[in-house]
Amino acid sequence: MQKGGSRSEHRLLSVVLLIATFVTLAPVMRLFVEGLTDRTRPGLGLAADVLSQPATLDALRNSLVTAGLGTVISVVLGSAFAFIVALTDLRAKAALVFCLMIPMMIPPQITALSWIQLMGPSSVLLKTLGIAPPLGSAQPLYSPGGIVLLLGIQHMSIVFLTLRAGLRAIPQEVVEAARISGARGLRTWWQVVMPLTLPSLAAGSAITFVTALGNFGIPAMLGIPAGYSTLPTLVYQKLAGMGTGVLAEVSVLAMLIGTVAIAGILAQRFFQTRQRVHLVGSTSRPLAIPLGRARLPVEIALWAVVAAILVLPMFGLVATSLVPAYGVPLRLDTITLQSWAEVLFSQPVTRRAFANSLCLALGVALVLMAMCLPLAWLMSRNPTRLTRLFDSLLDLPYALPGVVLAIAMILLLIDLPLTDATLYGTVWIIFLAYLARFFEVMFRPVQASLKQLDPAMAEAAQSVGAGLSRRMRDVVLPLTAPAAAAGAILVFLTAFNELTVSALLWSSGTETLGVVIFNLEDSGETAMASALAMTIVLVVMVLMGLIQLFSRRFPKGVVPWQT
Amino acid sequence: MADIDLSSVGKDFAGTPALQDITTRFDDGEFIALLGPSGCGKTTLLRLLAGFEMPDRGRIAIGGCDMADAGRGAMVPPEDRNIGFVFQSYALWPHMSVRRNVSYPLEIRRLSRDAIATRTEAALQATGLGDYADRMPSDLSGGQRQRVALARCLVSDPQAVLLDEPLANLDVALRASMQAVFTDFHRRTGATMVYVTHDQSEAMAMADRIAVMDRGRIRQLDTPQNLYERPASRFVAEFVGRGTVVPVQAHDGAGRARILGAEVAVNAAPQSRFVDHVCLRPENLAISETGDLRAKVARVTYLGGKYLLETVLDCGTRLVTETRARFDTGAQLGLTINAPWAFAED
Ligand SMILES: Nc1ncnc2c1ncn2[C@@H]1O[C@H](COP(=O)(O)OP(=O)(O)OP(=O)(O)O)[C@@H](O)[C@H]1O
Ligand SMILES: [Mg+2]
Repeated sequence: MQKGGSRSEHRLLSVVLLIATFVTLAPVMRLFVEGLTDRTRPGLGLAADVLSQPATLDALRNSLVTAGLGTVISVVLGSAFAFIVALTDLRAKAALVFCLMIPMMIPPQITALSWIQLMGPSSVLLKTLGIAPPLGSAQPLYSPGGIVLLLGIQHMSIVFLTLRAGLRAIPQEVVEAARISGARGLRTWWQVVMPLTLPSLAAGSAITFVTALGNFGIPAMLGIPAGYSTLPTLVYQKLAGMGTGVLAEVSVLAMLIGTVAIAGILAQRFFQTRQRVHLVGSTSRPLAIPLGRARLPVEIALWAVVAAILVLPMFGLVATSLVPAYGVPLRLDTITLQSWAEVLFSQPVTRRAFANSLCLALGVALVLMAMCLPLAWLMSRNPTRLTRLFDSLLDLPYALPGVVLAIAMILLLIDLPLTDATLYGTVWIIFLAYLARFFEVMFRPVQASLKQLDPAMAEAAQSVGAGLSRRMRDVVLPLTAPAAAAGAILVFLTAFNELTVSALLWSSGTETLGVVIFNLEDSGETAMASALAMTIVLVVMVLMGLIQLFSRRFPKGVVPWQT
Repeated sequence: MADIDLSSVGKDFAGTPALQDITTRFDDGEFIALLGPSGCGKTTLLRLLAGFEMPDRGRIAIGGCDMADAGRGAMVPPEDRNIGFVFQSYALWPHMSVRRNVSYPLEIRRLSRDAIATRTEAALQATGLGDYADRMPSDLSGGQRQRVALARCLVSDPQAVLLDEPLANLDVALRASMQAVFTDFHRRTGATMVYVTHDQSEAMAMADRIAVMDRGRIRQLDTPQNLYERPASRFVAEFVGRGTVVPVQAHDGAGRARILGAEVAVNAAPQSRFVDHVCLRPENLAISETGDLRAKVARVTYLGGKYLLETVLDCGTRLVTETRARFDTGAQLGLTINAPWAFAED
């Protein structure tokens, strides 16, 4: 017996599920087939070849080291913030959380660009302040250490969010029981709170590691000038240098990253299920341990950290964007909006990139909304083994490093079956890759809001004779619309800034904003790159502010930073 | 062991008072039940005693020591009060075994290893948990979890034990046996206990005195028998036990009054010269053919061995009475009022 549902629902579910499976999972499967073939025959010869090259081993080691150490920094920063925000009576928590989310939403290449503006001999900000190191001295960020630091900052919000969700699940009584038994201060934290949150901390660390491993923007901006490759930058350099001739070779590399990433994802899932179920329901009130007299100093320290990792680099970016040429100090007589005008209005490449990114982001958000709304609803009404399997694999295209997905997409679409046509080099390959990658970003909020929806509402409509499309339009759609809107804004936000996937898939005419910033900086147009980056940061903050403004109207679990 | 002294204690939440002007004293070794409708402030009062909340007004002293004083803004934190607290949700630590849950308060007090072992063992035996000591809390039934919570609070010899609806999550049969565990525990330790409950019969069965609360105030603190037989206000009369409160039409100040048109002798507190209401419990109404009040049976409920009759008088007043004989609905009968309790409306 099926639970709920009707024949027409089943038919629609099968169709949507088929499309969704093709969009999200086919590329990943195609990649694994490619990696396991040696010159069109099944075999591991090529894989063994590539894996034994010193360049591969170096890049693998570099990837593991930078991602590993970066994760350590994320865990230290993210968990410190999570413990203090979730457990104490800090003031202005919402503002602090919002600011902590910004690094995650700002694309990594912009993070890297802004930090580069903050250090080194040609830093406009340092020159203006008169404390720049002498010309010729090295940019300290062009090093493994620089990559580690920025990876750590970029991904600290992931640890923060997972850990805070875990901490919120701890009932207040459990801590009160420890206090009434005589445990005080750090002891309560260490013996009661800590053991209960360990699983979510481990899960957060695992997924942070996977994200850092797949990060392309930071090692590309900081590592390539220093001749330091990680796996994603190695793939990029090979493909950019030698074209699709090395496709088989880079698929092996992509599979290597994919395998490490999947190990991380499995670890994350394992720890997530270990998060203990609490014995009897939790209280509605969150923990709020009074900080007492330490409150003000703690608040000052936290905001200082936020200023250091968020505001300072932005200053660097603004300063650089306002000088006529990179390296000139910013003074009243040198200040100019020339780079802004150039990049926003004159350069054909940037205007094209704006149009491309805008259309891609909008199109992807709309198509995903149209797919996810019926799919999520039908899947919640007709749970079968197949839908559950799909549900558990859905995260893969987003969790797997972008490089992996990009290579998989090329393999899938370079020769369309039964024709001579290819999608490689067109904007459609980027579009399809985005659909796969951001499917989860759209699907999860809709799913979360549907979970809080009483199924009887649709059934009531059915009982008065509303057909399937009627029910969707009149009942399901209005009730899930806020979640879908939030999901669409998130998709738009991430797609608008995306770099990794498009860096491997773009060609002349289909540049995205991420690619243009990267190329501008690469060709020494730092001032213009900064102006463009600053524009994007402003767009991101406005969109995030928009979500924040309406966050009260969204169901629980829809806005990712408001669990 | 300690007595608990509250003077003019008040607590506000977001500007609205949750507790108002509570002045009372719970004696050393007493078993006090806090009884009242939902939202009347029982949990709040308990949390103030435990030190989880700071009072906005007034003073709290336990065992002669000031624990919280809103005037001075000073408060002893819960970890220094040596009080036991049993939570409605048990609040066992899910990552510790039963034994460790129980021994944890002793670990904190830095007892020697031997002392911890013997006292933990004693607490486990006293609550009948000897066989479950090495299980995790998630592998226990509801009643067993509750006993772990109890063992955990008794192991450190607290000066007072506070319990917030400890039996609310258990089924009826288990409640009865756990009540016995609590009373037994109280008799053995002699600790002052404050026990929050929704359930009147639970409070009546266990408590030495019951504090009936309403909208943030204690309306009456008295023995179960006095609460039932000599309620001080209309709220208490209607909240505790079955009965109907009816107005007194005339009162001569010397023990006779006119009620529902009938002249009857009433009981009243010696100091109250003026009374204007009486509480008519089933015991105060006798059925007789010659009764002063004519009533019609509206509903019959079988209570096992006797019947509860809901009757309606000609004037519309509903009275409940009990009888061993069976009546049918609609039957006419006469009622005689017999020495009811009279009091002044609040
Ligand atoms: N932390 C809080 N913040 C705001 N209001 C609160 C808080 N705790 C309690 N209240 C309010 O104080 C009043 C008393 O609450 P309390 O929990 O003490 O009631 P209670 O008698 O224990 O009720 P119940 O029998 O339902 O448990 C209620 O109106 C409640 O809404
Ligand atoms: Mg309560």
